[in-house]
Amino acid sequence: MKKTYKIDVDCANCANKMEQAAKNTDGVKDATVNFMMLKMIVEFEEGADPKKVMKEVQKNCKVVEDDCEIFL
Amino acid sequence: MTKKQKKSLTRIIIAALLMIILKFLPAEGWLRFVLYMIPYLVVGYDILRKAFKGILNKQVFDENFLMAVATIGAIALGNYTEGVAVMLFYQIGELFQSYAVGKSRRNISELMDIRPDYANIEKDGELEQVDPDEVEVGTVIVVQPGEKVPIDGVIEEGSSTLNTSALTGESVPREAAAGEEVISGCINLTGLLKIRTTKEFGESTVSKILDLVENSSSKKSRSENFISKFARYYTPAVCYSALALAILPPLVRMLAMGLAPEWGDWVYRALTFLVISCPCALVISIPLSFFAGIGGASHEGVLVKGSNYLETMARTKYVVFDKTGTMTQGVFEVSGVHHNTIPEEQLLEYAALAECSSSHPISKSLQKAYGKQIHRDRVTEIEELSGKGVTAKVDGIPVAAGNAKLMKYLNVEYSECEETGTIVHVAVDGKYAGHILISDKLKPHAKEAVRDLKKAGITKTVMLTGDMKRVADKVAEELGIGEVYSELLPADKVAKVEELL
Repeated sequence: MKKTYKIDVDCANCANKMEQAAKNTDGVKDATVNFMMLKMIVEFEEGADPKKVMKEVQKNCKVVEDDCEIFL
Repeated sequence: MTKKQKKSLTRIIIAALLMIILKFLPAEGWLRFVLYMIPYLVVGYDILRKAFKGILNKQVFDENFLMAVATIGAIALGNYTEGVAVMLFYQIGELFQSYAVGKSRRNISELMDIRPDYANIEKDGELEQVDPDEVEVGTVIVVQPGEKVPIDGVIEEGSSTLNTSALTGESVPREAAAGEEVISGCINLTGLLKIRTTKEFGESTVSKILDLVENSSSKKSRSENFISKFARYYTPAVCYSALALAILPPLVRMLAMGLAPEWGDWVYRALTFLVISCPCALVISIPLSFFAGIGGASHEGVLVKGSNYLETMARTKYVVFDKTGTMTQGVFEVSGVHHNTIPEEQLLEYAALAECSSSHPISKSLQKAYGKQIHRDRVTEIEELSGKGVTAKVDGIPVAAGNAKLMKYLNVEYSECEETGTIVHVAVDGKYAGHILISDKLKPHAKEAVRDLKKAGITKTVMLTGDMKRVADKVAEELGIGEVYSELLPADKVAKVEELL
């Protein structure tokens, strides 16, 4: 299952870091951050609960880049 | 500008002004330090905070850290002005970057204009504008001339011509009549259409195209993947290199060469090294170029499905063209008058007048070539012989204009044309007066386009057409296209393209 989320982040490298952090979150199969469109496309693993997983993704992203936002 | 950008700009201006004032203040010692701290914190407090948080979160090496170390280092060395200036310029750079990125974002959004924001529904004889999202499948919507078709459907009532260029790239408008399917995003040019929708708005072509363009830059190119991988090692590498630059040379000088260590100089150099090695500009360069490319292309009506495709396109070697409608306009224009027994203009005048009541493209091209106002009252007894042409009386003189069949029908001897195209024979007062050659015109920029492609490194240009060899060769020669394959059926064209692959 794929879902798209709107994000807010200031720089391209931070977006890359967010992508990496999202990818390393449990329950996430793959993640792409599109800095130019300010979007995060997350592919969840089967059986994962997107809401719970996204909470974790958000937390992990905050760790790598404090000044970021994911609009759930 | 966004709120964030405005705030950043205000901070930059305040800090810059403070710096200028401080230049003229004769403060010394601790007072000087305290005074310079004001603009430094005004312009850089968020960077310092982020760098600090980064360290707490064990994400030490980022550009905030680089900037914080470099500026604090400069200040520690007593170069207050430089420390503040570096932070100031960094923020100016960030502002420009964010402004430029925001502008590119808006450019892409301009293309999103192809998505109509309302649909007309007829209710009790009156048109009501509703949100296209709320229109259910099977509803009849009304599309007036000049409006975009908001949702895919089948024409229930009415006929019109549609401009499909935003969807298909085809510049010639398409005729559409009741029973035919129409896709959203087309512009209705002439008549009122009633359309029974077959899809929801979100499932309609125009919404799908929008998604496609929006997500095109998510399909990352190889160079983008490379740069993001690179960035992960880059910043730490730069930090360690800077550290090495600050420590190793003085140690070597001191221990191996017996010279003064010059710690200050080397730390200063290391800090300079840090400033110039911010990863963000490097990281944004590639996605921004692709985004600009996709944005620019979409601005011209070209939709690119992903950065990776754009990257592949850059390595194009062959370009294959179709002829009609691609290299030529697919519109007809008078390109010559032959075998005329009366002056050219007069022949055109007769032909244009005789055909004045017809709206056929051929008649229109005659009228356009004539170029003057057509006085319909000069023409009487117009008679259309379908599949042949027209007979009429112009200023009382009988004129016949049409194809060879018409001439045979009227028993007028005519001469064949050597050139290819549509031929209109004209007989005046029962005698053959000459014929007019009407042919397709080259697109005005076709020649330039082919030339530019060659300049851009395309090694081979090929044209495939179903048209006759004579016409095809002439067009290719005029355009400077290298290879031509003519008189092809659609399946042959496919085969030719496969050969090239």
